[in-house]
Amino acid sequence: MAVITREDIIKPENLVYKRTSLLVDCALSYCPGCGHGTAHRMLMEVIEEMGIQSKTIGVAPVGCSVLAYEFLDIDVQQAAHGRAPALATAIKRLMPEKYVFTYQGDGDLAAIGTAETIHACNRGENFVIIFINNGIYGMTGGQMAPTTLPHMRASTCPYGRDTETMGNPLKITELVATLPGTCYVTRQAVHTPGNVRKTKKALRKAFEYSYAKKGVSLVEIVSNCNSGWKMTPVQSNKWMEENMFPYYPLGDIKVPAAE
Amino acid sequence: MAKVKGAIVINNERCKGCEVCVDVCPESVIAMNKNVNTKGYHYAMVTNENCTGCTNCAVVCPDGVITVYRVKVPTEVV
Ligand SMILES: Cc1ncc(C[n+]2csc(CCOP(=O)(O)OP(=O)(O)O)c2C)c(N)n1
Ligand code: SF4
Ligand code: SF4
Ligand code: SF4
Ligand SMILES: [Mg+2]
Repeated sequence: MAVITREDIIKPENLVYKRTSLLVDCALSYCPGCGHGTAHRMLMEVIEEMGIQSKTIGVAPVGCSVLAYEFLDIDVQQAAHGRAPALATAIKRLMPEKYVFTYQGDGDLAAIGTAETIHACNRGENFVIIFINNGIYGMTGGQMAPTTLPHMRASTCPYGRDTETMGNPLKITELVATLPGTCYVTRQAVHTPGNVRKTKKALRKAFEYSYAKKGVSLVEIVSNCNSGWKMTPVQSNKWMEENMFPYYPLGDIKVPAAE
Repeated sequence: MAKVKGAIVINNERCKGCEVCVDVCPESVIAMNKNVNTKGYHYAMVTNENCTGCTNCAVVCPDGVITVYRVKVPTEVV
């Protein structure tokens, strides 16, 4: 038999990975290398594998992912800035048979939406919060966020975040983990194959726990904003490992008690 | 005994040239094209036949533009 050629391999029966059809077949609006795209894809792979496309309602934020409804082939409602958890509360209470999630950046969730985040978590609403923490307001031009690291430069703190006057970065994920209304709180990343696979597992657990009425599941994804950080995508992922992960360590922060 | 052999297909027009896929490939299959697509990005390209179909590149691609195929190859054929 002859050597196996590329044409022999590229056949439908040999397919092992392709972009899920639950992501709309269009170009994503994100900058090259931005983790938002990978986070979207993992989310939609989980929804596809759970077979819940018609049973899921998402709530999109204000931020770079404001257009998430254009990309996620499910029902999505876009919320006012920071109000996604309030909207998700209403949706889930009115339609308890649906899987409900919010998808929010750090400016949306941990600045303008802090009250909505904390109170939804405290009430133990049964939806999932997907929190993309890139330590900056990406969409509006890289302003300082509550999550910006000490000494990290942003357009509104060009000399770096001075913690004397600007406070320390808010670890809102650890904060909500202390509330009895949250059942599953974890911090993940999507810049390496291993991290992407872990994020997918975490998202699946989050949907299962919250659907089982255990309360809010929050999956933080520490992500890059190469445009806002003014780096190449590859540099930004390295910078994230060296600077973001020591402050925002990856792993589970809270898991449901064993039955 | 069987060995695996893979191949990837990159959607050149949707690739944004971010290079995130390059370093995660254990077989150094991917490099950036010196040509650009209609959006002006230097798109990723396949440079050798060492792909094992591990899916690493496709999994990290933020734009999901890589499709992966894999076959088992009986060793005597290799
Ligand atoms: C009520 C209101 N205030 C302010 C803004 C401006 N604004 C738009 S996006 C944004 C912050 C986005 O940052 P983040 O949530 O971290 O999302 P990212 O773009 O980084 O993913 C702000 C302040 C707005 N759209 N509405
Ligand atoms: S500005 Fe930042 S968060 Fe927004 S798409 Fe670009 S890299 Fe991503
Ligand atoms: S599938 Fe694996 S071996 Fe093949 S090009 Fe992608 S990363 Fe490299
Ligand atoms: S990760 Fe995807 S978008 Fe980025 S260079 Fe590779 S194929 Fe292109
Ligand atoms: Mg942000």
